[in-house]
Amino acid sequence: MSAVLAEASGPHARPASSPLLEAIGLGRRFRGLAAVDQVSLDLSVGEIHAVIGTNGAGKSTLVNMLSGELAPSAGSVRFDGDDVTRWSQPRRARAGIGRSYQRTTIFGEFSVLENCRLAAQANAPHAWRVWEPASRDLRGVRTAQRALAAAGLDGDTARTAATLSHGAKRQLEIAMCLATEPRALLLDEPLAGMGAEETGRMLDLLVGLKAGHAILLVEHDMDAVFRVADRITVMVNGQVIASDVPERIRNDRAVQLAYLGDGH
Amino acid sequence: MASDAAVASPDEVVADVGALPDIARREAGGWLVPAAAALVAAALPLVVSPYAQDLVVRIAIYAIFALSLELLVGATGLVSLGHAAFLGLGAYATVLGSGDSGGSIALLLPLAIAAAAAYAVVVGALSLRTRGVYFIMVTLAFAQMAYFVVHDTKAGGGSDGIFLYVKPTLAIAGKTLVDLGERMTLYYSVLVALVATYAFIAMLLRSRFGHALAGIRVNEQRMRAAGFSTTPYKLAAFVVAGALAGLAGFLLAAKDGAVNPELLSWHESGAVLLMLIFGGIGSLRGAVLGAVAFTLLKEVFQSEALLGPLAQHWQLTLGLTIIAFVAALPRGLIGLGTRLRGLARARPASTTAGTPT
Repeated sequence: MSAVLAEASGPHARPASSPLLEAIGLGRRFRGLAAVDQVSLDLSVGEIHAVIGTNGAGKSTLVNMLSGELAPSAGSVRFDGDDVTRWSQPRRARAGIGRSYQRTTIFGEFSVLENCRLAAQANAPHAWRVWEPASRDLRGVRTAQRALAAAGLDGDTARTAATLSHGAKRQLEIAMCLATEPRALLLDEPLAGMGAEETGRMLDLLVGLKAGHAILLVEHDMDAVFRVADRITVMVNGQVIASDVPERIRNDRAVQLAYLGDGH
Repeated sequence: MASDAAVASPDEVVADVGALPDIARREAGGWLVPAAAALVAAALPLVVSPYAQDLVVRIAIYAIFALSLELLVGATGLVSLGHAAFLGLGAYATVLGSGDSGGSIALLLPLAIAAAAAYAVVVGALSLRTRGVYFIMVTLAFAQMAYFVVHDTKAGGGSDGIFLYVKPTLAIAGKTLVDLGERMTLYYSVLVALVATYAFIAMLLRSRFGHALAGIRVNEQRMRAAGFSTTPYKLAAFVVAGALAGLAGFLLAAKDGAVNPELLSWHESGAVLLMLIFGGIGSLRGAVLGAVAFTLLKEVFQSEALLGPLAQHWQLTLGLTIIAFVAALPRGLIGLGTRLRGLARARPASTTAGTPT
């Protein structure tokens, strides 16, 4: 795989920096069945690395192992030079691995701002000052406002999150992730259920976030993936069958057969 | 696949939200009603009989107990069925810590709170590894353990319990400042304790700690993904709730002048949970309201003067009444206002709909 990557050149050339987050030979078995098998991939700041594959290809399992929600049965995860395979999810999150969920997981009863302020609080010093109202946590409020601005959601931030439109909820999901000030972003189907206009806005947002983040994008929307991804890894039955720049993935015979279908 | 959600009409979405216990609304509840209620309670001894004063004291102690459980159930989403253990341990610590000539509040109050909190550390550390119905069963099991310890050991006085002959006092340089053996002193001490507990929990809930608890209640997994190690937060809530139940236990021992194992029984744990459900989970006012309503109803249904022989079956009448209330008001007594406003709004609307055009 690395030989293939080394050949890549042109507009999608790999950034020179060393990878921020790496999966090395990751595997996970559920009752003897390999959901993810020998998967290696890496993320670097400045690029969107998309993972595509059919349902049950193991994409979500892979994200869960990278974020620390699920312990791998084999292989390891490295983040910023550290072996984080045995780190708990909260510890990885505090170190800078943020994730969003396929299903919207915002806190509906909180305001838009509160959702992000709460997310920003995990890393904050003095979070146990119980006599201080949360609304007076200026550092958290500022971090939240920055995250909301970055996610393009800095309109009515006092609004109750549950009243947002579906697209705005997905944006808030990303904003909450940004409020934890992550360096690596693991985005599990951020476009799920979005209309064309909302999808366009979200894709602009993701491209804008590339500058400061290493982004893993798990997505079903092929048009969207080919529009924004710098690299694409294709998974089938828990294994990586191809990993390359979009043009080559599009023309890869194995990928066409296994996944994209003849019509593509 | 979820594209339907994107086109949901705004009205639908807003209507949905009306059913949520809004954290902002909960915080913005304001101080007017609780402060007015405290003032009324403070003025009551001027007009009511000693019997009624006694009832108010019992209600206030149970309100503290219910508030302490609300921190777990309503704020953190942890349903415990063993909360009476902490009440009972606080009460037993008070009595066992008093000598034959009584003891100092300065010693006994911290002792009661510390005893309850210490047990809460142990129970919490072990039970918080489990979730949902398992958590309920494990907390129940630990409470039953505490029950049998006080029931079956010599120090606990067996099933008869122990008497507290001299109530706790607070004296400085030989001068007694507070004597909980005096009716009025006890009355106002309990009232101050209730106000302080209410204010303390309200303060916790609006702090970052309280917001983290709310986040854990709504979606613990999401909180972990944001970087929160959730167990220490839950354990802290569990221990604070246990400590406050210990405070209620101290006051109960001081009021009754006796303790018995029934204080730790699962009946008590169930009763305080019922108070919360009755009053409305997710609201401090609901917890207090539930304690008031539950205690008053129990008093009425136990009264032979009012109900004659039926009073012997008070558990049945009380249970049926609560079931009826909860069926009519799923969000508890505290939801009564919203419910009435909802009905008032619905009526004109249905009239319009029925008008032929």
